[in-house]
This record gives sequence, structure tokens and C-alpha cells, in this order.
Amino acid sequence: MSSTASARPVNRTSPARWFDLSPTLLRTALPFVSLALMLAAIGWLNPRAISYMGFNLMLSLAIPVALATIAQMFVITVNELDLSAGFFISFIASVSVTMLHDTPLLGIAVIAGAVFVYAAIGALIHLRNLPSIVVTLGMAFVWQGLALMVLPQPGGKAPAWLQSFMAVHVPFVPFPIVAAAAIALVVHLALMKTSYGAVLRGIGGNQAAVARAGWSILHAKVLAFTLAGVFGVLSALTLVGLSTAGDANIGAGYTLLAIAGVILGGGEFMGGRVSAMGAVAGALTLTLASASLLSFMHIPTDWQTGANGVILIVVLALRAMIERRPK
Amino acid sequence: MTAGKTSIVAFSAVAKAYGNVKALNGVDFVVDAGECVGLVGHNGAGKSTLVNAIAGTIGTDAGRRTIAGQDLTEHSVVLAHKLGVRCVFQELSLCPNLTVAENARISHPSLTGWGSLRRADALIVAKLDDIFPGHGIRGDQIVGDLSIGRRQMVEVARVFTQSVDPIRLVILDEPTSSLDSHASAQLLAYVRRAVATGVSCIFISHLLNEVLASTDRIVVMRDGKVAVTGATIDFDREKLVAAMVGIVSARQNSVAKQRRGDAPLRVAVHKKHGAAGNDLDAKAGEIIGLSGLAAHGQSNLLVRIFQAASRRDRGVDVTATVAVVAGDRQTDGVFPLWSVLENIAVRSLSALSSYALISQEKQRAMGETWRQRLGIRTPDLGNSILSLSGGNQQKALFARALASDAQIILMDDPMRGVDIATKLEVYALIQEEAAKGRTFIWYTTEFEELENCDRVYVLRNGKIVAALDHDEVNEQNVIRSSFGEAA
Amino acid sequence: MNALRMNAFVRTLPARPWIWSFIGAAIVFLASLLITGGAGAGGIVVAALSLASFAVVVGMGQMFVMSLGPGNVDLSLPANIGLASAIAMKVMNGSDSMIAAGIVAALASGMLIGLINYGLIRTLRIPPIIATLSTSFIVQSIDISYGRGLQVKPPPGFAGFTDLRLLGLPVFVLVIIVASIIAAIVLGRTIFGRSVLAIGQNMRAAWLAGIKVQRIRAVTYVLCSALGGLSGALLAAYFRGSSTDIGNEYLLMSIAVVVIGGTSVAGGRANLPGLWGAALFLVLLQVMLNTFGADASVRLVTTGFVIIAVITAAGGRVAER
Repeated sequence: MSSTASARPVNRTSPARWFDLSPTLLRTALPFVSLALMLAAIGWLNPRAISYMGFNLMLSLAIPVALATIAQMFVITVNELDLSAGFFISFIASVSVTMLHDTPLLGIAVIAGAVFVYAAIGALIHLRNLPSIVVTLGMAFVWQGLALMVLPQPGGKAPAWLQSFMAVHVPFVPFPIVAAAAIALVVHLALMKTSYGAVLRGIGGNQAAVARAGWSILHAKVLAFTLAGVFGVLSALTLVGLSTAGDANIGAGYTLLAIAGVILGGGEFMGGRVSAMGAVAGALTLTLASASLLSFMHIPTDWQTGANGVILIVVLALRAMIERRPK
Repeated sequence: MTAGKTSIVAFSAVAKAYGNVKALNGVDFVVDAGECVGLVGHNGAGKSTLVNAIAGTIGTDAGRRTIAGQDLTEHSVVLAHKLGVRCVFQELSLCPNLTVAENARISHPSLTGWGSLRRADALIVAKLDDIFPGHGIRGDQIVGDLSIGRRQMVEVARVFTQSVDPIRLVILDEPTSSLDSHASAQLLAYVRRAVATGVSCIFISHLLNEVLASTDRIVVMRDGKVAVTGATIDFDREKLVAAMVGIVSARQNSVAKQRRGDAPLRVAVHKKHGAAGNDLDAKAGEIIGLSGLAAHGQSNLLVRIFQAASRRDRGVDVTATVAVVAGDRQTDGVFPLWSVLENIAVRSLSALSSYALISQEKQRAMGETWRQRLGIRTPDLGNSILSLSGGNQQKALFARALASDAQIILMDDPMRGVDIATKLEVYALIQEEAAKGRTFIWYTTEFEELENCDRVYVLRNGKIVAALDHDEVNEQNVIRSSFGEAA
Repeated sequence: MNALRMNAFVRTLPARPWIWSFIGAAIVFLASLLITGGAGAGGIVVAALSLASFAVVVGMGQMFVMSLGPGNVDLSLPANIGLASAIAMKVMNGSDSMIAAGIVAALASGMLIGLINYGLIRTLRIPPIIATLSTSFIVQSIDISYGRGLQVKPPPGFAGFTDLRLLGLPVFVLVIIVASIIAAIVLGRTIFGRSVLAIGQNMRAAWLAGIKVQRIRAVTYVLCSALGGLSGALLAAYFRGSSTDIGNEYLLMSIAVVVIGGTSVAGGRANLPGLWGAALFLVLLQVMLNTFGADASVRLVTTGFVIIAVITAAGGRVAER
């Protein structure tokens, strides 16, 4: 053994037990263990659900949730919070079933403009040192209003290509699983394996140190919000592809759901600790818990959001236990 | 590497003041290429100000600053970095949520292209291998999960990694504070090797034998000036301590403390529960000093005593009410959105209330009493606390504690940056209040203030290492106890 | 002399964004009078005051919570309001004799939610946003399950109370005005209020100044949720019945009136008059846009821009700190 400065005094009394594993490892594994337990419970209640068709049905709605979660995660990475995400998704969804369907070019231009607004909000928050909660709260009203303007009544029609994309059948592996894995992998590589990903997370951990090393914080925050906008758009498009029609309130619940997904996935509000893989796992867990598990347990759909709350508390309690063990 | 003749650092007559305090008062300071300079001095001697001026994190008021032949006019961290100055500061500047390799990557924006993370990884691990063989740190470990000692190793190694800009001068400010003796020895050996290749080094440590063992030349600072400088070979421990103390100042005729043998015990810190190395006793009417080098556990001890007043602590007994006078006004003391009056009253709200409401009259009366007793200079106690000068803000914090019902007053180096007139007023008041039976426990970084104390405890590395009675309190004794020997 | 004082007043205006909310409310009110030619001014005032007073009740709780410092916000208010409205209606069961019991039940439900919120914050050591978010999910489900299809009308006495007038103003508005005056006194003149503001400015300094930080935080969360419960009962009376989404708009609204009203998001500075100014401003803005013939979408967009404009104008100073 290398005798280093840091060798901690060994706790003589405690024998090696499962919870003597490194807290980091446990923390990282927790979202996946939760997801696995969820699947196991569903499989036990209804073995037929664990099948190609079963997964297609159970998980299709997980894709937009996962994308919304990733969007929120980028913002949380740089120690900000986006309260407007759900209504932004509503707005983009409304644009998709109207303009994007009727006049594709105009639709694309509007969507690009909306992403640009997201970037500008990031710049405003950084330059004026504003609390992101309040600015995005204001934007929540704005997107909500714009969505109603574009689509006053539920309806519209999703572009055919979107519908057919979401109806894709991949051989052997259900499409939602392929999509979720692809999203998780791409974002994971970008955020965890690139230099600039390290800079984004570094801002969450110690903004002053990153700035001292010569990186532009403005640039990074604008990028984080732009990415949030892009993934918000993707979430809205997949949502419309599934639902085929739109509604100005279609994404209203996604703001809080996405925050819950990030936290379930092992992320923290402050400190730049996030995990893309975990966030996607968290989104899948939430989707499964709120729809499939409840229906298999014959619990009324009234308890959908409640199930999310319970899962959130249970996982956070487990995490608190992992972290409170004396090191 | 520079042309051999050029000095890396050449400061002449550099001065820097913070308010009334002259942190640097005409400093001449030179570091040659390939030279390791030890910088020693007691609290407030000006070491960190000098180091910050070299690193470009602060500007100076007067004098000439040259780094590697270039004049530094304003403070510019970027320029100093470009010229080859690197710093390890005491407070860690790593991102705790990133891996070791990612932290190295961030500090080298010049690495570009694919695989730059991998190159940063190789760079930092190679440097760790070089400095701390057998370090046991992997590049993919999260910094926040490392022990404090290993974090300090990463911090040190990162400073020595080089991508584009050359490294000419490395400033090590207490680099071994969290390292054990083995790793410290590794670091010191590496510093010698680096110096042999032409890198210069400024080395600051409270462990005098480290300084004596690994530097070429020693500069002793005192009161913002260079007091003594000479080849390390000409120094030994005693000479260093003597140089830091200087001419022993004529002792003020301090208030003699004879009394209080039978006064009730107010605070007791027991050594058996690991609270500290020695017992600490504070009786009613006593003024107890805490001393030693800055940040060696004095504030923590005060916080622990404060906690023990409301929550049982087997290592600390507290038998009366406690109030705190904060030294770090920004983080521990001032409520910036409030008036002077509200800042004074906050510790005494229940005493000021009648029928559940805070009485404005009582509040104002209390504020006026203490404004007069302490001489807080403000036209109106309703003015914002931030409209006061630093010294007067500090007086308001004193007023907060003294106006309260507390019998024990804990003071966390409260006189930092306070002018001498204010200090004398406050000293007199403390004596007066102590005579009435209040107990003061007073952490201070200034020697003169210890003269006010009945007894002084010196802390090192979180432990009480010496207890000095009033008659034994002098700079020599305090410095001797503060600068321990390496384990 | 007077000019000097006026000057000083004008110079401190940007530091008091809540004054703008009153000025804004007045301008908006006058504008709607101009459009309608003064007709129905009384009706506008009464409607605006009624709606604003609901926002103020919920806003008061949110204001105390947000004054505790950055990161403190109660996201469980909408669910809390919804559940309390259902509980109040069910307990009252249309009978005048049960009004008091119903209100007590609504308050109790709110306080329980507040206790759970704080319990989660404390035991799991999680940011208040996540704690109140988790609670909100669960309470929402309880509300849906418990309150769905609930067709109980408020007792005639309770419903009639919302129509009761004194000097032309609804009595419940007057009651809420009195309550907010009391809240202002609590904020400025009691140990509790001072402690909240001290914690919001600097939690560590507050602790070192002898303030019972955790106790005060617990009381604040319970107080906020209790006010949420109370407004649930009142809303049910005003709208003649409970519903699960009766509180939905109060999540964003409660934060908006607090922020526009001049309470600092960074904590430690709260403002009760500003709460009224902001609530009246936002409600009158809706009323005016309504008279312009603008639909809900325009009203929402305008509200959003107003919030961003106010925080941008007021926020620069926060940055300098």
C-alpha cells in the first residue's frame, strides 16, 4: 500500500458489509437500481408486460419526459433552474401541430427563434446576475400565453413524419428503449467525456476557479440554456408525434416532472453534480411508476403524481442514508 | 527559462494599504532564477499581501513590481500567469464535482482538440507520480471524494503541470498543511529538484524546520516590511524566532491581574474528550486569550463553546449565557440590509419585547446607550449598517454582544482592520465589563491585545499547545509555541 | 426643504420597486377607467380587490418563506389549496353550524403539509424546492382522489360572507387587509419576523446572534402552508365549491406578487404593502387587457414580460452586493 498523506484511520470495528461500498458508487448506481426494482415489480405483477409490445406501450411516453429531463439537467449543471420548461414544451408542441404542419418553413423559423430566446435568457441571467427562478417564472407566463395564441383550442395535427418517426418499430429491442439509451449515451458523452462538458460542470462546482482559468462563464451559460432549448424542442416534437394532436397545456406538468427526474437520477441542485444516464433512468422510473405500476396494482390513476412524489422521497431518503454514513 | 542574470521577481519599495493598515510598507523583495526563498513572519506581517501582489491578484499603491523582466502595472492574474507565476493557495481552488483529470483540463484552456481530456489526465498523473510516488490517486477520481490530503496533492501537482506558458516561479503557501510527514518530505524533495532545473520558488510554512531544510535564502517579514534577509545556512530556529519578534516592545503597564481565584467557573474545555490538547478554564471576570497562527482552530474552538451553551457537549462545559463578537463581519456578523440599530438589537430581542412586540423605545434607548459607551460614529442609528466605516461596524457588533444578557463574550479576532483609537476605546470597555464579572474569551492575531488577557492559550493544528499566564505572555513565548516542529 | 426630501425620495425609488407596483396599478386603473368612460369603476375595484386579496393571502405565506433566503420557496401551495378547499367543503357539508370546524380543518390540513415540508427539508437535507415539490406531488394525488366529483356547495352563511359588504367593500377583503396589517407588524415588530429576516440575510450570522434558526424555519413553513389552507377554504366559498385545480394559478402567482412586491429573492427583505401593490397591479392589468378585448393569451404574455422587466430593473443592485 502506498503510504500517502491521506490514508484515513481505518475503522477497526466494522466488518466489510455491502454498505461499505464507496458512496460514490452507491450514489451512481441508485437510479439504475430504482429502475430495475420498478421493472421487477411490474414483471412480478404482470409478467406479460415484460415483452416487446409491453415495453413499447409502457415506455413510449418516457421519451419526451427523458428529453425534458435532459433539458432541465443542462440548466441545473450550471447552478440555475428553469421553471418555464413545461410551458416552453407546450408552446413548441402547439407550433408543431399548427405552423410546422401547415407551413413547415415558418414553423422551423419560429422554433429556431424560440431556441434563440432561450439562449438570450441565459445571457440575461448571467449578465445582470438575476435569479434564474424569477426570470424563468416570467418566461413561463410568456410561453403559456404564446402557446394559447398559437393554439387556442386543443387540436391541430402533428406532421406525418413525426407521427411515423414515433411509430418506428426496431427489431428485437423496443423503440423507446433504443431511443432512451441513445439519448443517454449521446448526452453522457458530450457532458462527461468532452473538455467543454467538464467546463460546464466545473461552473456548477466552482465558478470562480473556472473563470480564473480563463474560460468565459457567459459563453458557457448561454450554451447551457441553448442546449436546454434544443432538448425542450425535441421533447415537444416527440410528445406531439405520440399524441398526434396538440394542446396548449400539454407540457404543463413537465417542469416539475423534469426537475424530479434530474434529482432522481442522482443530480443535485447546486454543485454541478449531474448524471445524464441517471437522469434518463430517473425519467423512465417516473413514467413507469406513474402509469404502469399503478395500473398493474389496480390503483386508480388519481395516484399517478402521488406515486412520483413517493418515489422521489424514498430515493432521496436512501441517498441521505448513503451520504450520512460516517466516511 | 530566462536569461540567468534576470531576477524572476524584483520588487522595490512596494507599498499597499488597506484603510489605515499598512500591509506592505516599502518592501524590497527579489527572487532569482533557480532560487528557493523561504518567507516567514507572524500573523499580519504582510506575507500573503506580498504573495498576492506577485501573483497579480491585488494591485499595489506604490513602488515598482517586475516579474521576469516585465513591469506589472495593474493587477493582472492573466499576465502573471503568462509570465510563469503559479500559486498554491491555502484554500483549495479545485472544482469538487470534477475528476482529477478534468480539473487539470480546466486549468489548461490551451489544450485543444480531441483527446485533450486524456492528455490532461496523462499530464496530471505523470506529475503526481513525479512528486508523490505511490500517491494512490487515479485521474478519474472525483476530487470531492478524495481526502483533504490527497486534494492538496492534486492542487500542488496541478500547479507544476505545464502546457504552453512556461513555469518560472511557484508560490507555495503552506503547501504541507494537510499533508502527512511522508508526503511533505516528497514535496520538499521535489521542490529541490525543480529548483535545480532553474524554477524559482517562494515557500511559506509555519513549520520552521521545513523552511530551514529546503530553502536557499530566508526573508523574514514584520509589520509590512522585510525585517531580515539572509542565506538559510546562517539561520537556525532561535535566530528565526528572534528575527520575527524584533526588538521586544516596551511593555505597556497593563492592568495587573491578581484576583478571581474563587470566582465561579464559566467555561471548561476538557482534554479527555478530544476537545483540545489542554484544559481551558475561564472564570467569571476573566479575560482569556486564544493565540497561535491564524486558522489553527481558534475560531472552531469558539464555535464549539458557543454550541455547548445550547447543546450538551461532553468535552465543553458552559455555565452561563453566551454572545459572539464576529471578526469576519461579512460572513459571521453584519446583517447588511438592516440599520445600525437593528444590528445591535438582534441579540436582545426578547429583552426588548413587551406584549410580544419589540418596543421601539426600548430598542432606541439601548442603541443610544451603547452608541455613547462605544462612541459609534453615525448621525442616526437608523442608517444602514453599511454606511458605517469598518471600525464602527465592528463597534456595532461589540454593542450587540455587550448590550445582551450574555455573561460570556466570545470574540473571534474582532479587531482586524480597526484603527488604533477604536481599539483603545474597546480595550478599556472590555476591562470595565470584565471587572463587572463578565468573562471574555478572545481570539486575536495581534500581540498587543494579548496583554489585556489574564491567561493566553496558544493553539496549533487545532490543539491547545501552551497556556501562558499573564506574566509569561510575550511575543517570544507565543511565537515559540505557534511555530511547532514537524511531526 | 420639501424639494430636497422629494429629491431624496425620487432617488431611492429604484431601490423600492414595490412603489412602482402601486404606481403601475394606479396607471392601469386610470387607463381602464378612460376606456370604459368611468362606467363600472366600482365593479372593477371590487372585483380587483377580491381577486387581489386571494393572491395576497397566498403571497404572504410565500413571502415569509422566500424571505428565509435563496432556495426557499414553497411549491406545494397549489396542491395544498386544492386539498384544503375540498376538506373545508366536506367538513362544512353545507351546514352553517360547521363553518368554523371546516375552516379549522382546512388550516390543520395546511399546517400538516407545512410540517411535512419542513420535516423533509430537515431530515433528508434537501433543498426546500425539492422537498415541497415531492410533497406537492403526493398532496395533489390525495386531493384528486379525495376531492374528485365533490359537489358540496359551501354553507349559505359562508358563501354569503364573501358577498357581505361594508362601506361598499366586501367584508372578507377588509378582513384580509387587517390580516396583512397584522402580518406586517409580525414581520417588523416581533421576534419571529426579525428572526426570519435575519436568517434570510445571513443564516450563520443569525445563528451566532442567538436566533433559533431551525425552529424559526419550521414555523415559517407551517405558517405558509396554513395560509394556503385558509385561502383554499376562502376560494371554495368565493367560487361556490371546491375543485382540484382551484389553486393551480397560485404557484406562479404567489411567487410573482412576492417578487414584484419588492421582496428580495436573495432573502432578508420582505415587503407587505408591496404585496398588495403587486397583486392589484397584476389583477388590474388583467382587467384592463380584458376591457381592451385581449384574451387570456395576451394577458399571460404581458404578465410574463412585466415580471421579467421588474426583476431586471431591480436585480442589478442585487448583483452589486
